[in-house]
Amino acid sequence: MHQEPGAGGVLQVRGLVKRYGPKTAVDGLDLTAQPGITAVLGPNGAGKTTTIETCEGYRRPDAGEVRVLGLDPVTQAAALRPRIGVMLQSGGVYSGARADEMLRHMAKLHAHPLDVDALIERLGLGSCGRTSYRRLSGGQQQRLALAMAVVGRPELVFLDEPTAGLDPQARRSTWDLVRELRADGVSVVLTTHHMDEAEQLADDVAIIDAGRVVAQGSPERLCKGGAENTLRFSGRPGLDVASLLKALPMDTAAAELTPGSYRVTGTVDPQLLATVTSWCAQHGVMPDRISVERHTLEDVFLELTGKELRA
Amino acid sequence: MSADTNPATASGTYTPKPGAAPVGRMIAAQAALETRMLLRNGEQLLLTVVIPSLLLVLFSTVSIVDFGATGEGKAVDFLTPGVLALAVMSTAFTGQAIATGFERRYGVLKRLAASPLPRWALMAAKTLAVLVTEVLQIVLLTAIAFALGWSPQGNPLAVLLLLVLGTAAFSGLGLLMAGTLKAEATLAAANLVFLLLLVGGGVVVPLDKFPDAAQSVLGLLPISALSDGLRDVLQHGASMPWGAAGILVVWAVLGLAAAARFFRWE
Repeated sequence: MHQEPGAGGVLQVRGLVKRYGPKTAVDGLDLTAQPGITAVLGPNGAGKTTTIETCEGYRRPDAGEVRVLGLDPVTQAAALRPRIGVMLQSGGVYSGARADEMLRHMAKLHAHPLDVDALIERLGLGSCGRTSYRRLSGGQQQRLALAMAVVGRPELVFLDEPTAGLDPQARRSTWDLVRELRADGVSVVLTTHHMDEAEQLADDVAIIDAGRVVAQGSPERLCKGGAENTLRFSGRPGLDVASLLKALPMDTAAAELTPGSYRVTGTVDPQLLATVTSWCAQHGVMPDRISVERHTLEDVFLELTGKELRA
Repeated sequence: MSADTNPATASGTYTPKPGAAPVGRMIAAQAALETRMLLRNGEQLLLTVVIPSLLLVLFSTVSIVDFGATGEGKAVDFLTPGVLALAVMSTAFTGQAIATGFERRYGVLKRLAASPLPRWALMAAKTLAVLVTEVLQIVLLTAIAFALGWSPQGNPLAVLLLLVLGTAAFSGLGLLMAGTLKAEATLAAANLVFLLLLVGGGVVVPLDKFPDAAQSVLGLLPISALSDGLRDVLQHGASMPWGAAGILVVWAVLGLAAAARFFRWE
């Protein structure tokens, strides 16, 4: 039997500091990951890779404490390595090796590996044939790295930018695999600088900026935590806004911004939208150009860091 | 494609069942992979197989260097020990340095460091891959040498000991280079060293063709110690050339210690 992750979850990082010469890459970072999918989100240079690589045992913290599946990744590396799967941001394969050859090799380093042929099929690596790694496309190289991370049937998988450079179809296919991993009880910690990836995939999102976690929570909670959402519509000028407000929940605001252009702010959910349209129907108003601006992680990020997150 | 038709997407496929393979199996798999990578690489084969074979055939059959002046017998008896030494150098030093340098550059060493394979097991596998390649080289080169009329003397165990010591010395130096220089610098330097030692290390040109002052320095090189040591046994029937063995031990200790101290994995 393997040790169950304790109350600290699969990953517990406290006060992590990592410096490269005079540059502080990670500056007192706290991060906890529970079973499921955790996304570490941040712009390039925020300290995502340094944090992940410290958890993988590649780097020794300058300060702070790191526990992965309850183990110290540096001093208890031998016990930890068989239990984790690692996908590096790039490389990791002999330039002259074929995809299936490398994957079979990784499988041989584990006691109970996945069926390599099925995994090759699942990730569409069969078409690589006898092509050596250096001649594979970027997408094929990414998928091979992902396959290498999961082939040993780990409890926890670290994926560093798993969809960087992938086309939309390959991205979705990678997302599907990550969801299958979660469904089968594998925990996933991934880094990304794509908002939609974090929103779509993660149970829990940690936003990193300048070497610190500035917010952590489920995508829903993070999006609710910031500014309110907005619903806009057009109608004839001079509608009775006070009457509309009476129909809406308490914490909602409504205003006619310019003649005939209305804005409702608050918790914009299907119920609110239905209330607004039925009020319009009762008053013989045809609401035009209805638009809903929901608060996204992108907005949250902008508010927290004052910066745009650019892919 | 539905989850039902694809076995890999069926629920439970990825259910964790972690564990390292037995370490012996990991080393065997790693050594087999590294040997395949080496034998598949055209440039490596040029260094490890084509050049030693060509030198042996060419210099044995065409009188380019005057071996008679040194009072030696047949050219092939002089050349074979030197070419065997060159073969060891080409695999343990040049080939290993270049391959390991690029493995480091392309993150292979980094990725393996996160796998269940311990570092010592990786080094054991690399050594094993070098030894397997050397056995193939020696089989090929001795077959060619016999076809050219080679008549070896001496104690096979002394030959084996010299080959092992030479492998250790060259491995240490090769890994030191691969672990400290950039991959491109390693590629250039390892090839340059190969060429210089081929000419100046008593492989095809007898050391006594060089000026006295140069001879005493060149004699201390690992390639000279290995080729002269092998020559003492195989050509002259010496029981055990302790001087040559001692020089190789010193190189092996220095090289491996420096590699262990300065090797950077990333």
